[in-house]
Amino acid sequence: METQALYTEHLTKYYGKARGIRDLNLAVAPGEFFGFIGPNGAGKSTTIRTLLGLITPSSGSARVLGLDILGKNRKEILRRTGYLPSDTALYAGLTVKDMLKLSAGLRGKDCAAQASELCERLQLETGKKVEDLSFGNRKKAGIVCALQHRPELLILDEPTGGLDPLMQHEFFTILQERNREGTTVFLSSHVLSEVQRYCTRAAVIREGSIIACDSVETLSRTSAKRVTLRGKVTREDLPDAREWTELGGTVSFLYSGDMNGLIRKLAKENIDDLTISEPDLEEIFLHFYGKGGGEA
Amino acid sequence: MTLILHELRRAWKTLTVWTCAIGAFIVICLFMYPEMKSQTESISALFSSMGAFSAAFGLDTLDFGTLKGFYGIECGNILGIGGALFAALAGVNALAGEEKEGTAEFLLTHPLSRAEVVTCKLAAVMIQIVCLNTVVYLMAAGSIAAVGEAIPWKELSLLHLAFFLLQIEIACVCLGISAFLWRGGVGIGLGLAIALYFVNIVANLSGSAEALKYITPFGYADGADILGRGAIHGTRLLAGAGFAVCGVGAAYAKYCTKDIG
Repeated sequence: METQALYTEHLTKYYGKARGIRDLNLAVAPGEFFGFIGPNGAGKSTTIRTLLGLITPSSGSARVLGLDILGKNRKEILRRTGYLPSDTALYAGLTVKDMLKLSAGLRGKDCAAQASELCERLQLETGKKVEDLSFGNRKKAGIVCALQHRPELLILDEPTGGLDPLMQHEFFTILQERNREGTTVFLSSHVLSEVQRYCTRAAVIREGSIIACDSVETLSRTSAKRVTLRGKVTREDLPDAREWTELGGTVSFLYSGDMNGLIRKLAKENIDDLTISEPDLEEIFLHFYGKGGGEA
Repeated sequence: MTLILHELRRAWKTLTVWTCAIGAFIVICLFMYPEMKSQTESISALFSSMGAFSAAFGLDTLDFGTLKGFYGIECGNILGIGGALFAALAGVNALAGEEKEGTAEFLLTHPLSRAEVVTCKLAAVMIQIVCLNTVVYLMAAGSIAAVGEAIPWKELSLLHLAFFLLQIEIACVCLGISAFLWRGGVGIGLGLAIALYFVNIVANLSGSAEALKYITPFGYADGADILGRGAIHGTRLLAGAGFAVCGVGAAYAKYCTKDIG
């Protein structure tokens, strides 16, 4: 069996009685651009922090780059991994240049050339003190720290917060380049458009558990369809419809029931126009997190 | 090594301020000594006749009119309290400071084992204590020479060695405490240092509280006791070494398995 870049089996973390993650099973293959979707508090950061050895799991197991996170492999895992936290806290008093040098030094590497190239591409001034940086520039400094040693695995937790659209584009261009060179990218985000655009596979986490894991294409092509029509239809006619909206004579809803039944019902009504389409990932996300969600 | 240098770089301003402050106080006191010396009889009589107060600070056993007595009491207290506070701050901030400032996540996602982090932090604190004590020792010796007194090398070195060891012990204990904290512990560190100082005063005041001298490092770093016996109290020092080892052991044991918040 091919060694997975990330692999968890029944990984569970409780903070006292509070749930962190529960029975989490996940497999990310080497070279994948993998999305990890979930709202705040779903367990994304707990998963990442467990994988990186910042917190110890309550039960279950996990391997990163084929190495057990609970063994004496932590240093080796971290040596081969680049991590960008959601909130990049850096040492006050240091300039960006010092910070990048410190990060490289802690890795025992000279990353000056890579750091310089990344700073130029991300338009990051290296002479400024980190406490004088805006949130976006702190994020850029964190990105360079995560990327400058050319890791095999990149774990990115909400990486685009604070970056303007141009910088987001440049950042994802860099990630795609790295991914083409073989780097595995694990992108934790609640910005679904970036997961849909850049990731090949994704997992959806809800209340600490994975509720869906598949290719982004398959996730987007679930049995639920977005139905938009103009005509006289009432909600009572279609009990399987969800996310019902009515605006200016146009009715729109998600439908995951029997399609023949839907068409038969609509055939009895006076319909002027009808469109049945795949919902976008945003809608699927809302569906997963909506009341009673869990299958699309 | 990178982490040790980083720690020292972050700490050098604080270290400089504390070293200058403690050193300057000692220099000022020593430059006041010639004036005090001229009033030896009245001052010695005054200080040795204040009952419990004299006992608390060792004024009943040391002659304030001699350089050794004056240094053991006046300068010893400055270096004792100042050094203890510095060591407590350095120790308690070493690990908990990273979590308070949110930089622990940055540091611990680099390829360093937790044990290496504790070792580097401990080494950086020890280097700071060595630097502070070396500079203060040289300033003290220089000031004694500058006021025209013969330098009592043995007594001076013993006193400074005792305070150096006191600071090491407090730093080690505070490092251990630091591993259990999440949001910094300046108050706890300073409180502990001050409490240990007062425990020694209580022990000085009451003969029945003699055992407290084995708990507080001020017990073996007591100027009156050191100058009286011409040596550091070995058993108390051994007890202090035990507390230091426990502190460092606790730091490794806790931090290596700690969930970083």
